[in-house]
Amino acid sequence: MSETVLETRGIVRDYHLSGGLFGQGRTIHAVKDVSLKVEKGKTLAIVGESGCGKSTLARIITMIDAPTAGELFIDGEKVDITANRLSAEMRRKVQIVFQNPYGSLNPRQKIGDVLMDPLVINSDVPASERRDRAMAMLTKVGLQPEHFNRYPHMFSGGQRQRIAIARALMLNPRLLVLDEPVSALDLSVQAQVLNLLADLQDEFGLTYVFISHDLSVVRYIADDVMVMYFGEAVEYGTRDKVFSDPQHEYTRTLFAATPRADVESIRKRLERRAA
Amino acid sequence: MTDTSATHAKMQDPSRRARLAEFWYYFSENRGAVIGLAVFVLLVILALAAPLIAPHAANAQYRDAILVPPYWQEGGRAAYLLGTDAVGRDMLSRLLFGARYSLFIGVVVTLLALTSGILIGTVAGYFRGWADTAITRVMDIILAFPSLLLALVLVAVLGPGLTNAMIAIALVQQPHYVRLTRAAVMAEKNRDYVTAARVAGAGNLRLMFRTILPNCTAPLIVQAALSFSTAILDAAALGFLGMGAQPPTPEWGTMLAEAREFILRAWWVVTFPGLAILITVLAINLMGDGLRDALDPKLKRS
Repeated sequence: MSETVLETRGIVRDYHLSGGLFGQGRTIHAVKDVSLKVEKGKTLAIVGESGCGKSTLARIITMIDAPTAGELFIDGEKVDITANRLSAEMRRKVQIVFQNPYGSLNPRQKIGDVLMDPLVINSDVPASERRDRAMAMLTKVGLQPEHFNRYPHMFSGGQRQRIAIARALMLNPRLLVLDEPVSALDLSVQAQVLNLLADLQDEFGLTYVFISHDLSVVRYIADDVMVMYFGEAVEYGTRDKVFSDPQHEYTRTLFAATPRADVESIRKRLERRAA
Repeated sequence: MTDTSATHAKMQDPSRRARLAEFWYYFSENRGAVIGLAVFVLLVILALAAPLIAPHAANAQYRDAILVPPYWQEGGRAAYLLGTDAVGRDMLSRLLFGARYSLFIGVVVTLLALTSGILIGTVAGYFRGWADTAITRVMDIILAFPSLLLALVLVAVLGPGLTNAMIAIALVQQPHYVRLTRAAVMAEKNRDYVTAARVAGAGNLRLMFRTILPNCTAPLIVQAALSFSTAILDAAALGFLGMGAQPPTPEWGTMLAEAREFILRAWWVVTFPGLAILITVLAINLMGDGLRDALDPKLKRS
């Protein structure tokens, strides 16, 4: 019944560093043999410390960079961007939302143009319909129509992230890669954006790959969880399985490092301090 | 309901006029820029109207009025408001006609250097690799030459004259634009919004010229304004060396060069062309500053 939107098999990505004139070149393995599978309408969360290869994996899934080895399937179709040019149809299917909302919007583009650009490039929708669709998307992500002609610098971080989400959704993608979409926002705004993402997922039947280092966020939004450590997927399973019964040493360390804010644990901590 | 449709109509594509009004609002915040613009516009008008308002022809020589001082000085005549030069030509008329040459040189040289520099620099910064290496090396070689010497060599090869001088100066100035553009493109290229545009399906040309380049304009505008003046000065220097505009062309630089032996005897023959150059350069620089303020949304207050 359920269809697989994204599947990777043994993705590897190496970076070669030339050592300069006299030094020796090195190879860095950013992603080692990662295989995963996401079904339609589900959310896969990828967790790990910074530098563990999460974002590299995101760029490979988004078809920005090519993997050194391994296979990538979108909607059951094999993708290889080094061999042949990506079709517009394929491009449309996967979109990305970046971590930093201050760098992901062109400072010289009005919001309306930001939203209409994907349509201009990929379709021959007439200008009036483009405008209507951009307007509709703007209200859908919780902004006002009068924001249409403003520049990005007039918005707050949360609003910018909403705009980035709206832009990603303009092409009706199948898969949305969210590269730490809330970690640059403050807590109350984080919750708003996460709720928005959940609503949009229900409405459009979207599939998410959610990259994060924040376990409480992951627990809230994910169906499946993958834990990455130095480029390797050390733990992969459903959310409940991973959270209740972590197998790998690193996952346990990660969970232990999460601060607990429930009343019970605070009381315990205070008792321990009093004793 | 009517209310929403009214706001919607107002939201429609802002007309050219509205955008111009916005531009003017930010430009006029900077008082120096407005003064610069006013002086520059005045210069352009004077240059265009030179045949109508100049009291004498630019090259008419009056044998009875050699080295006449400005009219407010002793021995000055009302017919020659700013005096005459060593062969009896009216300074004011020559300055007015000279404005045409100087502005023309500045515009042509800057446009030539700017367009070629932006094209080459964008290609170098965007594609990197061997193309970048080759381009930067060539530009480094050009920059390593003393600029005037290189221009001189180029004019010597091409043959003396105003057109060849302008081509030579443009060639000498163009590495500055290449470097600026390349550096700016390289900095912008790895920003997330460029990646986002790529993910949205934008091709290389669109990314280079629609997405990245508009974000690199601020330093280019300032450089263009600065090199406008350098172009005028270089052209004058070439004229001085007999390689640029040929006498009796009333080009300000050539006028300066012709008058250098009278510096002590007749101050007006050197002072007025020099002042003309100074005022033009200053006005253009001020204007360039204001342009940058107005064109860069990052500097705007919302």
